[in-house]
Amino acid sequence: MHQLWTWVFEPGFFTSSPVHVAAGIGGAVAVVCGVTGVFTVMRGQSFGGHALGDVSAAGGSGALLAGLSPLLGFVGLGIVGAGAMDLIGVRRVRGRDLATGIVLGAAIGLSALFLYLATYTGATSGGPQQILFGSIFTVTPGTLPAVMGLSLLALAVLAVAWRPLLLDTVSPDIAAARGVRVRLTGLLYMLALAISVGLSSLAVGAILSTALLIGPAATALRLTKRVGWAVAAACLIGVAATWLGILLAYDSYDWGPSHQGLPVSFFIVAVVFAAYLLAGIPAARATRHQPVAAPPAVPPGELDSRVAA
Amino acid sequence: MTTMTAQPRAEAAATDVLAVEDVSVSLAGRQILDDVCFTVGAGQFTGLIGPNGAGKTTLLRVILGLQRPSSGTVTVLRRDRSRRSTAVGYVPQKVLLDPDLPMRACDLVALGIDGHRFGIPLPSKRRAELVREMLHAVDAERFAGTRVGNLSGGEQQRVLIAHALISRPRLLLLDEPLANLDLRSGQEIIALLAKIATEQRVAVLLSAHEVNPLLPVMDRVVYLAAGHAASGTTQEVIQADVLSKLYGHHVDVLHVHGRVLVVAGAASGPGEDLTADHAVEAGSG
Repeated sequence: MHQLWTWVFEPGFFTSSPVHVAAGIGGAVAVVCGVTGVFTVMRGQSFGGHALGDVSAAGGSGALLAGLSPLLGFVGLGIVGAGAMDLIGVRRVRGRDLATGIVLGAAIGLSALFLYLATYTGATSGGPQQILFGSIFTVTPGTLPAVMGLSLLALAVLAVAWRPLLLDTVSPDIAAARGVRVRLTGLLYMLALAISVGLSSLAVGAILSTALLIGPAATALRLTKRVGWAVAAACLIGVAATWLGILLAYDSYDWGPSHQGLPVSFFIVAVVFAAYLLAGIPAARATRHQPVAAPPAVPPGELDSRVAA
Repeated sequence: MTTMTAQPRAEAAATDVLAVEDVSVSLAGRQILDDVCFTVGAGQFTGLIGPNGAGKTTLLRVILGLQRPSSGTVTVLRRDRSRRSTAVGYVPQKVLLDPDLPMRACDLVALGIDGHRFGIPLPSKRRAELVREMLHAVDAERFAGTRVGNLSGGEQQRVLIAHALISRPRLLLLDEPLANLDLRSGQEIIALLAKIATEQRVAVLLSAHEVNPLLPVMDRVVYLAAGHAASGTTQEVIQADVLSKLYGHHVDVLHVHGRVLVVAGAASGPGEDLTADHAVEAGSG
């Protein structure tokens, strides 16, 4: 029993300070991404989320070059990018692809420039890898308060915009007719999305940030038909995947003879992907066995009865 | 073709729920609506009839306060329509509810209570009771727990109507609710709306490009053509001389087995497409 325990949890896992920091930050990021992700998938803005990941990459690269905290770059430029997408027309479904594509292209171009300059000046050898693919083990404990603060901010914004955002997701026309300020609601959502993607970039790297945003949410949406439950499930799946990924990466140091651990981001994303595939099994079964409910017949007299009344 | 229910309602219609006065709209230099005038009384069932492109959706958007008229005024319950409120319920055209949307029919109806307010709704007995009541009113209780995206077109319409009604509006606007429905579902929806108008004293203004399905239940008709409107009872409006004036050329109104066919007169050149249009529409009814 003890052997199994030490086989699953390599010695030192629970006492390692980088593991503690990683688990704390990973957990917070997974919760924020779970909530934002459900709205992103419902609104059909996954591609927009991905574009913001690329904007985050540009921000992180710029921060690297300037010697600033990567988190500042990730979130800062992400918010600017979200504003740009809103201006170009992310609200109109037709303009959405265009806005996303333009911002995405510009962001990748900036990343290419910043990363080239950062490598060229030679100040940071592992920098580009760090920005693009991340490693939650290298996040310094000093980042923790900023991560928690941003997480709370994103969650608060979504809690405030919750109902109008749902109404806008169902039908922008109905929302506008009810007096919802759809532009403001959309902007609040984009702000939460930018923060979430920035945090996700810190945890699993800018390129992989979409995986943590979309994966758990899409998995949760396969499992439940209520928004509240979907959000709760997405958070749980995200946190479980992050922590499991951290454990696997920690264990992987002892897998090969060279004691060279494998990237933690890979493991997190792999668990997320596996969860998505697993969730498809009950969904596929349900659709196969679902009886097609025939609407009950309406007595033919029902329509005429009104005329006679 | 007057309905017998029109009589008691006409008395109560002393207070107008909606008054549209001299409304004109031009979009991108094109005149969409030209001096449109009509009123809707409390609990009245009004059909907004006109061919495609006549300006029905634009008119509804003006009434909702989503489109500013170039001139004229819209008053709802004697208040100017510049501020949107819950006094008007709205079921837009072609709402496509995503099958992946994690929302049951009852959740969507509940969103009609306070979906415009900030914050997360807290579940309460009163809310649940209100939702159940409303689902019962539109005969949608049996699929209350089904994902809205998995419902049929007619069932989705019922849920959207319940969503629009739960805030107790005095006026319910529906934009082409029959467009995507088969004949039977369409008739069911019309019967339901007529019942709601009577029982809950909600004025219903419903747009459609075909008049026949509405004939048994309509109290009044607003006929839109070429940006102009004629309003009154169906008998007053669906007349050859009234519609000819509206279209700007001669049209005939034919009565066939209790149904109405509006066809362009033989002598009129430019109205040929109209003939085809309406012949097809009448045939589908």
